[in-house]
Amino acid sequence: MSAQTLIEIAEVTKRYPGGHEALSNISLTIASGEMVFLTGHSGAGKSTLLKLIAAIERPTSGHIIVNGQNVGRMRRPALPFFRRNIGLIFQDHKLLYDRTVFDNVLMPLHIQGVIGHDAARRVRAALDKVGLLNKERARPITLSGGEQQRLCIARAIVSRPALVLADEPTANLDDAYARDIMDMFRAFNEVGVTLIISTHDQALIHRYGGRKVTLAYGKLVS
Amino acid sequence: MKAWLAHHLHSLKIAVETFRAAPVATLFTVLVIGVAVSLPAGLYVLLANLERAAGGVKPQAEVTVFFKEVDEARARTLAASLRKRAEVAAVQFVSKTDGIKRLEVAGLAEVAAGLPENPLPHTLVLTTKDTTPAALEALAAQLKTHPDIERVLVDSEWIKRLAALMQLGRDLVGMLIVVLGVALAAITANTIRLQIYAKNDEIEVARLIGATDRFIRRPFLYFGGIQGLAGGLAGWLLVLAGGLLLEASVAQVAAAYGSQFHLAGLSLQETTLLLLFSTALGWLGAYFAVGRALRQND
Repeated sequence: MSAQTLIEIAEVTKRYPGGHEALSNISLTIASGEMVFLTGHSGAGKSTLLKLIAAIERPTSGHIIVNGQNVGRMRRPALPFFRRNIGLIFQDHKLLYDRTVFDNVLMPLHIQGVIGHDAARRVRAALDKVGLLNKERARPITLSGGEQQRLCIARAIVSRPALVLADEPTANLDDAYARDIMDMFRAFNEVGVTLIISTHDQALIHRYGGRKVTLAYGKLVS
Repeated sequence: MKAWLAHHLHSLKIAVETFRAAPVATLFTVLVIGVAVSLPAGLYVLLANLERAAGGVKPQAEVTVFFKEVDEARARTLAASLRKRAEVAAVQFVSKTDGIKRLEVAGLAEVAAGLPENPLPHTLVLTTKDTTPAALEALAAQLKTHPDIERVLVDSEWIKRLAALMQLGRDLVGMLIVVLGVALAAITANTIRLQIYAKNDEIEVARLIGATDRFIRRPFLYFGGIQGLAGGLAGWLLVLAGGLLLEASVAQVAAAYGSQFHLAGLSLQETTLLLLFSTALGWLGAYFAVGRALRQND
């Protein structure tokens, strides 16, 4: 592998209180600029692995290095700054319904202290990329499922992260919408963004190619 | 710097919007804080006024000296010698005959007329420069040993009692400040806790996309501070209103005692301190509430 290693997962196990082992002894390396499909049945540990990479949860043992930083040992005050380099896309979107489409996308910039015209320009650029520019004044609740997912993507990419993690981004979408979203991901990947996409849609993976990582019952299969 | 300022303004805006979203609930909370603030503040004002009123009366603390059966000239000589003493402020001589006249003036003419002879002794009323009970008593003790003097009455008991009562009042104010200060912080913490429930989604998302604790905490701190300030103002208004309501009756009482006494409210300095205190406690309450919520969300 000639490309630079972005993520190194070494012998990672995640056990939840109560004894359920979501991940058992996973080792995996992801290079910068890769597009990786994370697949497996429900409960195979896909979401858990994404959460560990984003430092939303910590591994029980083993270590995860992202961009040279040991995520499992990261101190609390450092977490926000680490997460700013990662775009997170959720199956349930996690949009805020009390504000406009524009304000939802503005939020990550606002958190990072980007304000004014510069921020507005970047929000509109992100909305343009996902095809929601004409809906910036709308409330997220008025959008369709596919549009809400695109809004979530706009929010994830507005701060131009080098790594995007998407947890089942196409799970609730019909085929046309799903393809739309995958096309967007491919476009991001072409400009150098590393993507890890969890999905159980084998046809989609087949169509788009890219590296496939399969989990089954918390273990790495291939 | 600009971004920092913008975020502070934004936090302030969020806090104000939160108030506007629930005006009635906010009004009640502010009122509760106001009452909590007005209790120690009101008692403090009452005490300050009492002290002022007592201060006006204090120089009248006096020692009354009753002579044995001695003639008037001899009594007057002693009065004159006492007048020269350094610690004595004034000496008033009341002779037997003056005493009877005073009774008559006081409306007891019939009683006075019915007496076969004047039973009153010559009397001295002394005031000292130092009006503390100790000084009065020291003088009284000296006078008691004089062969011509029958009895010495020290009028210092009520001053002692007043001083003790004032001290009790001050302690009470101090205690109320502590207890109600804690209550104020707790009230704020509770309203903030409810808001955090309402904004759980927002907090969760903000953390996921890289918001620092400080960023999340700031609007709540503003809210707590503003609510504390508003509560402090409400408390101040309550004290002011109470003062205005009592003003007329206090003036009447004062007039009955021939005094020009007027109620004084909180000074500008005291008002500023009160508002700062309530704002700081609101801020503190918010800080604890959010801190707890952030730790729980980990």
